Amino acid sequence: MTVKDIVNKYKNKRENLLLILHEIQNCHPQNYLSKEDIELLSKEIKIPVSDIVGTASFYSMFSFTPRGKYIIRVCESLPCHLLGAQTIFKAIETKLGIKEGETTKDGLFTLEGTSCLGICSVAPAIMINDEAYGNLDEEKIGKILDQIREKESKNND
Amino acid sequence: MKEVKITIDGQEVMAQEGKTILEIAIEAGIKIPTLCAMPELGFTPGSCRVCVVEVEGAPTLVASCVYPVREGLIIHTKSERVLQARRIVLELLIASHPLDCMTCEKNGDCVLEDLAYELGVKESRFGRIERKLPLDESNPFIVRDLNKCVLCRRCVEICNEIQQTYAINFGYRSSKTKVIADGDNGLRYSECVSCGQCVAVCPVGALIDKAAQGKGRTWEFTKVKTTCNYCGCGCNFDFNVKEGKVIKVTSNPESVVNGINLCVKGRFGYDYIHRDDRLTTPLIKKNGKFEKASWEEAYQLISDKFTQIKKESGSDSLAVLSSAKCTNEENYLLMKFSRAVLGTNNVDHCARLCHSATVAGLAQAFGSGAMTNSIKEIADASAIYLTGSNTTENHPIIALEIKKAVTKNGAKLIVADPREIELAKYATLWLRQRPGTDVALFNGLMNVIINEGLEDKEFIAQRTEGYEELKKTVLKYTPEVVEKITGVPADDIRKAARIYATAPTTSLIYSMGITQHTTGTDNVLSTANIAMLTGNVGKESAGVNPLRGQSNVQGACDLGALPNFYSGYQKVTDSQVKDKFSKAWGVDLSDKVGLTVVEILNAAYEGKIKSIFVMAENPAMSDPDLNHAREALKKTEFLVVSDVFMTETAELADVVLPGVTIAEKDGTITNTERRVQRIRKAIEPIGDSKPEWKIICELSQKMGYNMNYNNPGEIMEEISQLTPIYGGIHYNRLDDGGLQWPCPDAHHPGTKYLHKDKFSRGKGKFFAVEFKEAAELPDEEYPFIFTTGRVLYHFHTGTITRRSKGLNEIYPEALVEINPQDAEELGVKEGEFVEVASRRGKIKAKVQVTEKSGKGVVFMSFHFHEAAANLLTNSALDPVSKIPEYKVCAVKIQKIS
Ligand code: SF4
Ligand code: SF4
Ligand code: SF4
Ligand code: FES
Ligand code: FES
Repeated sequence: MTVKDIVNKYKNKRENLLLILHEIQNCHPQNYLSKEDIELLSKEIKIPVSDIVGTASFYSMFSFTPRGKYIIRVCESLPCHLLGAQTIFKAIETKLGIKEGETTKDGLFTLEGTSCLGICSVAPAIMINDEAYGNLDEEKIGKILDQIREKESKNND
Repeated sequence: MKEVKITIDGQEVMAQEGKTILEIAIEAGIKIPTLCAMPELGFTPGSCRVCVVEVEGAPTLVASCVYPVREGLIIHTKSERVLQARRIVLELLIASHPLDCMTCEKNGDCVLEDLAYELGVKESRFGRIERKLPLDESNPFIVRDLNKCVLCRRCVEICNEIQQTYAINFGYRSSKTKVIADGDNGLRYSECVSCGQCVAVCPVGALIDKAAQGKGRTWEFTKVKTTCNYCGCGCNFDFNVKEGKVIKVTSNPESVVNGINLCVKGRFGYDYIHRDDRLTTPLIKKNGKFEKASWEEAYQLISDKFTQIKKESGSDSLAVLSSAKCTNEENYLLMKFSRAVLGTNNVDHCARLCHSATVAGLAQAFGSGAMTNSIKEIADASAIYLTGSNTTENHPIIALEIKKAVTKNGAKLIVADPREIELAKYATLWLRQRPGTDVALFNGLMNVIINEGLEDKEFIAQRTEGYEELKKTVLKYTPEVVEKITGVPADDIRKAARIYATAPTTSLIYSMGITQHTTGTDNVLSTANIAMLTGNVGKESAGVNPLRGQSNVQGACDLGALPNFYSGYQKVTDSQVKDKFSKAWGVDLSDKVGLTVVEILNAAYEGKIKSIFVMAENPAMSDPDLNHAREALKKTEFLVVSDVFMTETAELADVVLPGVTIAEKDGTITNTERRVQRIRKAIEPIGDSKPEWKIICELSQKMGYNMNYNNPGEIMEEISQLTPIYGGIHYNRLDDGGLQWPCPDAHHPGTKYLHKDKFSRGKGKFFAVEFKEAAELPDEEYPFIFTTGRVLYHFHTGTITRRSKGLNEIYPEALVEINPQDAEELGVKEGEFVEVASRRGKIKAKVQVTEKSGKGVVFMSFHFHEAAANLLTNSALDPVSKIPEYKVCAVKIQKIS
C-alpha cells in the first residue's frame, strides 16, 4: 500500500495518526519511517513534519533508521530478567553477530529490548515481529532463527 | 465581568474574576518570575512551575500563570514555602544546564540566571547531568545550543501558533526530550523561514543571533527604536548599538504594527550597514573612470551642469527620480528641489512601477488612493479576498494577521492567484486564474452577486453612483463565460461570490499581481467595484487594501514625488494649489504635468531629457525592458546618482554621491496602512557620506536657492503646513506608534479606516470595465507566460540584501519556477540551467520544478543582476497610470546543456 492508500484507509484523520504511522512503518521493507514517507504523509494528511516526528519519536515502537525485516524484541522486565533474559540477549547477539539496536548485514534481523510483553508465565519471552515465543533457552532460539533464515532463502530462490 | 477582592502579599486589590493571579500581580506591580508563560501572547502552559505561589487553604502551591482568582483569595508570592519550591524547580533545571554564564551570549538577559541570583542558588543538589548535544549552526542567522534549553516550549508556541511555520516541535521523551526541527534535522534543512521569532522569546541562551555572537552583551548596547526599511508593513524594532556600530536588531513588544514579530529581513538583514564596500566619498567620472572628489567639487560640478542645461534646453530637459527607500522629508525636499530649483514637474519614483495603478484607480473610485483599512483589522475580518499578493514572502507580518484571521478567528479566505502561494494552504477556495484575466474574474463574481440578489442595496443607493452602468456590463460576464476566459471553474466563481457578499465584513487585499498590468487601473477599479457592491467600504475589518511594496512607497507618493501632484495629492494643474506653493517656496512654479519614470527614460533615450538626478533608486535593474532603460541612462548627458552602494545605475553616472542607511539619519516613513512613523539616527554617517536631506539642501544652496533646515523635524513642520492630510503630523506626536493620515490638525488622533460616512470624493463611483487581454500573449514562438515577483529573502534589486551575508547564503541565486509537466516536456530537471528569452532579451537561470507555477506559466524574481528578469519584461504601459506590464509577457525556454 502506498502512503496515500494508508491515509485514505484511515479517513485522513489526525486521531488515527498512530495507526497510520504503524502501518506505514510495517509496509516499508526496512521496517522504519523513512524521511520520504514522512514527507508524503505530511502532504497528504496536512500535518507538519515537525509535528509528525514529534509525535512518533515519543514512542519507542517507531524507528527513524532502517531496520531488518524481522524485529526481535527481547523482554527486559523483571520476571523475564529473573529467568535469564540476559542469556537470551547474549545468545542472539552471538548467533547474529549484532548488538542491541543493530541490524544484521543481510538486512534480516534487528535486535531490540522491550518491556513486559504480557506473557510472563512463559518467561523468558521474546517477540519477532507479531509472533511471540516463550520458555526460551539458547537452543530454542537458535532453531527459531534458523527456521526464519531457511524460509527467507527459499523465498528468494 | 465580576469584580472580586483578593489579598496579595498583604495588599488588598480589586480584580476581575477569572483573570490569573499572575495577571493581577502584574497589574498590582508585584513581580512573579515566569519561565514558560508569555501571558501577553496568550500562552500559559503552566508547565515550568517557576511561577508558583501559595494560596491560603489550597493543599498545594499553584502555578500563578494559570490559576484564576475568585473572591477572598489570600495569596503569598514570596513566602518561605514558595521560595523553597522555586529553589527546587531551579535546581532541577540547572542540574542539566551548562553553567557557563560568563561566556554565554544571554548573560544579563537570561531568566534562569536572574532566578538563580534572586534565590541564591549556586549549584544543584541533584548533581550534574550533561546532555552533550551538538550545536546546530546550520542556519545562517540562528545558533541552537539545545544543551541550554529548559524546555519551556515558548519557541514551539510562537513558531506554530503565531508564525505558523511549524518548523519545530518537541520530540522524544523523558530525559531525551528536545526541540526538533522537522524530522530532527539542522534548522537550515527544515521548514524554518528564519524569522527569529523563537530567538526573541527564548528565555535562556539556547537560541542565539549568530551574527551578534561575541560582539557585546545586553548592558553594553544602546537601543534605538526605529522603523524597518525593507517593506511596507512598517515594523518597529530596536537597533542595538555599541561603540558606534549597529550590532543587532531586537524586536520591541511595544511596536504597534508587529509586536515582537519581525521577518528575516528586518531581524537579520541589517548587516549591510557596515559593509566595507559602502560609498564613502563623492565620485566624479573622469575619462570613463570614477575618481574621488570633495563634496565642494561635486556640488559645484552638478550646480554648473544643471544650470547650464536648464539655460540651454529648458527646465523640462531635466528630471528627478526620487525614492521609496528615502524618508518623507527627503521626498518632500527632492520634489521641492525639482519644482522650485530646477523648475520642472518631471519628478517621479518607482511607485510608478508598482502601485501607480492603485493611486489612479482608487482615486477615481473613492477619491483617495491608499489602503482603506489598518493592518490590525485584518485579523477580525469574517472573509478575506486575497489576490495578486504573495503576502507570506512580500509582506510577512501582514501574512501573520491573515493566518490569525483564518486559524484563530474562523475567517474564510479566498485566494485568487495564478501561483500556488503559501497562503493557498489556508484558503477555503483557491481560484487559479490565467495571468492577466483579473477584470473578467471580478466581473464574473459581481455577475453572480447581482444575479443572486446579494448586493448591498442600501449602500449602493446611498453612497455610490454609476451602478446601472456597472450592472449592464457585468451581466454579460456569466460564470460560464468567465470560466472560458480565466480558467476558473464556474462553480468556484459562484462559491467565491457568495462568500464575498454574505460575510459580515470582507477585506479585499491585493498587491502587484493586480497593478502591474496594462489593465492595471481597470483591475484596481474592479476591486473598488466589488467592495462597494457588497457594502464593504467605510467599515472596520473590510475595505480595499493594496499592500505597498517598499517601506516608504506610500510616503513618497504622499509627499508629491509624482509628476502631477504636490504633497498630499494636490494637483499641479490647480492654480490655487500652485499659488499656495509658489508663495511658500518663493518662486514661480510650472503647471505642466511632468513625465513618469518610464516616460523620462524614453525621453532620455530620444535625447529630450538631458540630465537626471537619481536619489537611491536603481532603474537600471528595476525598470522593464532593461536593455532599453540602460541605453537611455547611458545616453543621458549628465547623470547624478546618490546611493549607499555602487548600484547598476550608479555605474552609469557622471557623479555619484554617498548617501546613508536608515541607521544614520532621522526622519519619518509612512507604511502601507498610512501610518507615519519615526526612524531614528543610531550611528554617525559612515565615512564622508551624508543623509540625502542634507545633500539636497546643500545642493540647492549652491544653486542659489535658500533651503535650510537644522533637522528633519523642521522639514516636517513645513510639510504639515502645506499638506492637509499631514496637517497634524509633528515629531512630538509620533513617539507612541505614529499617526495614520488623514490627520488634519494637531489634535486629530489619525484615521484608522477611510471613507467612514462619506467617500473622500463624496460618493463612491462605480466604473464599468470590460476585460482586455494582456499586451503580449504566448504564441507558437514564445509559448510560455512569464511573470515576475519577489522572494522573502531579498528586497527590490538586491543591492542591499545580496550584501547581507545570511540572506545571500540562504537564497544565493535566481531561480525560474517551472511546473513539473512543463519541465518534463522541456526535458529539464531541478537544478539544471535554462535560457529564458523574450522578444526583448534573454537570461540564464537555474530551474526550480514546482507545483506553485501553473502549466504554461513560469515565474522569476527580479533581485539578481546576473539573471535580471527585467531584461525580458514588457514595457507596454497601462494607458492611465503608466504602469508597465511586469506580470505578463511571452517567453520561450530552452535547456542549456
Ligand atoms: S526562526 Fe521562525 S520559522 Fe524558524 S524555527 Fe524560529 S520561529 Fe520557527
Ligand atoms: S529553545 Fe528556548 S524557547 Fe525553546 S524550549 Fe528551549 S528554552 Fe524554551
Ligand atoms: S515585514 Fe517588512 S517591515 Fe516588517 S521586518 Fe519584515 S521587511 Fe521589515
Ligand atoms: S516480564 Fe517478560 S513478558 Fe512479562
Ligand atoms: S510561568 Fe507559570 S508555570 Fe511556567
